[in-house]
Amino acid sequence: MSALAGKVAIVTGAGAGIGRASAVLFAREGAKVVVADMDAAGGAETARLIVDGGGEATFVQVDVAAPAEVRAMVQSTLDTYGRLDVAHNNAGLASGGKPLAEFDDTEWDRVIAVMLSGPYHCMKAQIPAMLDTGGGAIVNTASGAGLVGFPGQAAYVAAKHGLIGLTKVAALDYGARGVRINAICPGTARTPMVDAAVRNDPTLESYLQGLHPIGRIAEPEEIAEAALWLCSGRSSFVLGHALAVDGGYVLA
Amino acid sequence: MGQFDGKVAIVTGAASGIGRASAQRFAAEGAKVVVADVDATWGAQTVASITEAGGEAIFSSTDVSDPAQVEAMVELAISTYGRLDLAHNNAGIIQEHAPVADLSIEEWNRGIGVMLTGVFLCMKFEIPKILEQGGGAIVNTSSGAGIIGFPGAAPYVSAKHGVIGLTKTAALEYTTKNVRINCICPGTARTRMVDEWIAGSAENEAMVAGLHPIGRIAEPEEIAAAAIWLCSDDASFMCGHALAIDGGYTIQ
Repeated sequence: MSALAGKVAIVTGAGAGIGRASAVLFAREGAKVVVADMDAAGGAETARLIVDGGGEATFVQVDVAAPAEVRAMVQSTLDTYGRLDVAHNNAGLASGGKPLAEFDDTEWDRVIAVMLSGPYHCMKAQIPAMLDTGGGAIVNTASGAGLVGFPGQAAYVAAKHGLIGLTKVAALDYGARGVRINAICPGTARTPMVDAAVRNDPTLESYLQGLHPIGRIAEPEEIAEAALWLCSGRSSFVLGHALAVDGGYVLA
Repeated sequence: MGQFDGKVAIVTGAASGIGRASAQRFAAEGAKVVVADVDATWGAQTVASITEAGGEAIFSSTDVSDPAQVEAMVELAISTYGRLDLAHNNAGIIQEHAPVADLSIEEWNRGIGVMLTGVFLCMKFEIPKILEQGGGAIVNTSSGAGIIGFPGAAPYVSAKHGVIGLTKTAALEYTTKNVRINCICPGTARTRMVDEWIAGSAENEAMVAGLHPIGRIAEPEEIAAAAIWLCSDDASFMCGHALAIDGGYTIQ
């Protein structure tokens, strides 16, 4: 039996990587999926993958840092599918590589806007729609870097730590009203971003593997499974949790 | 056809509550289950419920604080079913509440013996058998009280905090050998142990429900669902995690 049969889901950052894997998996489990991304080509490709697989999906172009665009994304979901049950707020960007005093202010603002304020805007628009139909489930993509620090990554680490705090508060605000909100904290996954970095620097692969006690990096599908579980009825008593899907990255 | 077809699982504390629900779910997903407990009467009922539903199970009379009995439990799995793939180390006890200075040394030793040393002993004897056939998964039952404190429950809280540390260490030691080890941190579930604690008082029940921001206590099946997921291939990148299934109990 499909975990999300009859449900409508939004996945942001669904044009590639974890977001794409999540959108494809949610659709395979029966959800109608709004594929949201800034990248129109990647987003359209994810929607095509879903439709080719026999599922239902619509692409919506959105910058999650822009509240009006986020509201339009939710409105378009309601216009197209009539309801909203599940959301995976996952949009992110690569950043960093400089110690704090040298960090670029514009980059700081952009990273916080996309990865911390972005999920805030998303939840703010999504939650009322979910309450209208009696509840739902939201999972935010934090990171292993939401639980521990990483040198040179001030903005990314601050945004992801902040997102865990935001997830807990939103969970406390709405847990008793039937909207379950949790976060996932992925380790490194084999996304196009990571693939490109490894092509540039082949030594990076073994470095990344070494960061994870499990001895490898993740496939995006392994991260998506955690998002699916948190959005399914199987996790009905899980609330405000930061679920590490990190091959042990934060353990040692 | 289930996701654990051909697998063999041990569940300790399986005579009632979370352990019973877990044993039933493992069996429903195709695993042959060793139902371990000190309580033979209730243990037999768990076995009967599994076999009546078409599954396979055997009872093991096991006090997990006794190394010889734990070793015998693992031997029973091997002699009966020929292998061991999965384990849910879940046995726990309810104790008199008393502040530290009033707590007897015997009560302290009993709590630590069952709920911390017991988990150590289970893994000590389970892991070599799991390694023999190439890997598997273990989930230990910690608690919301493994993450935060609770007055009057020093042995319980200490043992459950210890289980998280033990889980992380064992996870790091065996993850590259394909044994994934995680733990669950349940909030209060409607079990025999908790029924004893609530003692039929509506006031107690409301107090306990009120500890959980989700506004209710859990059904054992909701906790078992997390144990099952952590043992499944869907959780393939989960390593050493303490998964809270607590209705938000620990996030306030």
